[in-house]
Amino acid sequence: MQWLLDLTPDEWNAVRLSIRVATVAMVFSLPPGILIALLLARGKFWGKSVLNGLVHLPLILPPVVTGYLLLITFGKRGPVGAFLDQYFGIVFSFRWTGAALACGVMAFPLMVRAIRLSVEAVDRRLEAAAGTLGANPLWVFGTITLPLILPGIIAGMILCFAKAMGEFGATITFVSNIPGETQTLPSAIYTFTQVPGGDEGALRLTIISIIIAMAALVASEVLARRVGKRLDVE
Amino acid sequence: MSLSVDIRHRLGAFSLDAVFETGGRLTALFGPSGSGKTSLVNLIGGLLRPDEGRIVAGGRVLVDTGTGVFVPKHKRRIGYVFQDARLFPHMTVGQNLRYGRFFTPASERYGDMDGVVELLGIGHLLDRKPGSLSGGEKQRVAIGRALLASPRLILMDEPLASLDEQRKAEILPYIERLRDETKIPIVYVSHSAAEVARLATDIAVLDNGRVAAAGPTSEILQRLDLLPAEERSEGGAVLEMRATGRDETFGMTTLASPAGEIHVAGLEATPGSTVRVRIRARDVIVATERPRGISALNILPGRIAGIASGNGHFADVTIDCNGEAVSARITRQSAEMLGLAPGLPVFAVVKSVTFDRANTAKTVPFAGDDRNARGRVE
Repeated sequence: MQWLLDLTPDEWNAVRLSIRVATVAMVFSLPPGILIALLLARGKFWGKSVLNGLVHLPLILPPVVTGYLLLITFGKRGPVGAFLDQYFGIVFSFRWTGAALACGVMAFPLMVRAIRLSVEAVDRRLEAAAGTLGANPLWVFGTITLPLILPGIIAGMILCFAKAMGEFGATITFVSNIPGETQTLPSAIYTFTQVPGGDEGALRLTIISIIIAMAALVASEVLARRVGKRLDVE
Repeated sequence: MSLSVDIRHRLGAFSLDAVFETGGRLTALFGPSGSGKTSLVNLIGGLLRPDEGRIVAGGRVLVDTGTGVFVPKHKRRIGYVFQDARLFPHMTVGQNLRYGRFFTPASERYGDMDGVVELLGIGHLLDRKPGSLSGGEKQRVAIGRALLASPRLILMDEPLASLDEQRKAEILPYIERLRDETKIPIVYVSHSAAEVARLATDIAVLDNGRVAAAGPTSEILQRLDLLPAEERSEGGAVLEMRATGRDETFGMTTLASPAGEIHVAGLEATPGSTVRVRIRARDVIVATERPRGISALNILPGRIAGIASGNGHFADVTIDCNGEAVSARITRQSAEMLGLAPGLPVFAVVKSVTFDRANTAKTVPFAGDDRNARGRVE
């Protein structure tokens, strides 16, 4: 046990950074995730299949391609990156925020899928009934739709968190592998496997990864039970 | 409060073109399935927007395509009781009941939680989730939920259709109490003549998207030709009669109306109370002379007011019994043989009557039909 907790500062940094990156990716993906899930489940607009394709693209593309696309768009000299840097002072390239962005983009389709499925399962007649009782559309969403899709939202958040914890290809392509700044758990494990005698460190971080993943899963189960619904991802 | 509807709406191949006006306490929209009843209440409730037309309830214009008025459903203050209850599964019964109340301005709230809970007999369910309720309990909660939103009008779309006979019998009395004890007008969708005869004060008959007739219940149910074919055998006269006496030896109750007196078994009504009696046209025999040596106790004298015979085998004879109309459905052959014609004095021999249990002060359980206690009066 002591062996497991005897982490070097760099290893600790990797663990902390991974959790921070995954949490930020999850939290910031949630509002647009819900919005796009609602649009895809219920919207009737031109270009819906284009939006659907765009959202799912990171799931199909090689992660390195996604990472490279992020680099040329959000990098310092990329059109969006330069704009954000100039006007808002937000820099993504070679920062942990960039890792969070890469993880968020990679995990986004999984989150949207989970929420979209639960939105599609909502009985719209219940919303109509709430309307006849005097609730305006915003109240209907807050008191009927949102509570009913909560299990899907939880599932989407957990999926997003898990995906972000494990994201490697897009992250390393976009923000590289800088200890203490962009070196997440997978990058740290990869680094260990590249140096002689790194097996011990790799194993330690692997076990820690497993523990975090299991904890997230248990947390989701508990949450889902509290919501009173069976957690249905697919 | 009056409700006036004049709308045209197209749904795929089906077109609705409905015009009617009603001021009744409980107006039934009556017709076979597919006649447009549900579309019509959805239009009144604001769940559908009509292609063209105007709906006015209690002087308030809800829809007028001419002037571009469309009040959204959450601003209509119209309670809606759906066929499938539609209780919110993530809330308790109590939370469901309070839901609409929350959105009603305090100054416009009427009725109180305790009163409604008592009226519907749902006090023991308040902490339960809808998933664990029976169909009948769900419908009662749904009625309570609509009622507690303090609506100006309540729409009920076949609230009993998904229930078995026993559950229907459980809910009917509550709807009657709602009709009689509150002042909220009700629009009630049904395809069952028995239900309509029991509940409605007024009826609008829908047929294939058109209003075929509208008027007071007693007038509409007489017109058998207006009823859907499969419900025609349930049609007949609806008379409000007063209990006048009781014979303890045989357990018979005497009911009186201008049409005459009838004696029924299986009914215990306090003298002076009003009983709504339905005499189905198929249960009436027409005689040109007062019959003798017959087991039927109830013979009402009258004059033939009209005979309607279509291409079928039957003739529907309307008999004017001292101002009240009684219908008889007989074969065309009988009508011909007896030489029946308007103005001819006849006797209506009533084989059996149907009276509604809950309209009576106290009734004896009667084996057989669950919806109505049916008194055989031979």
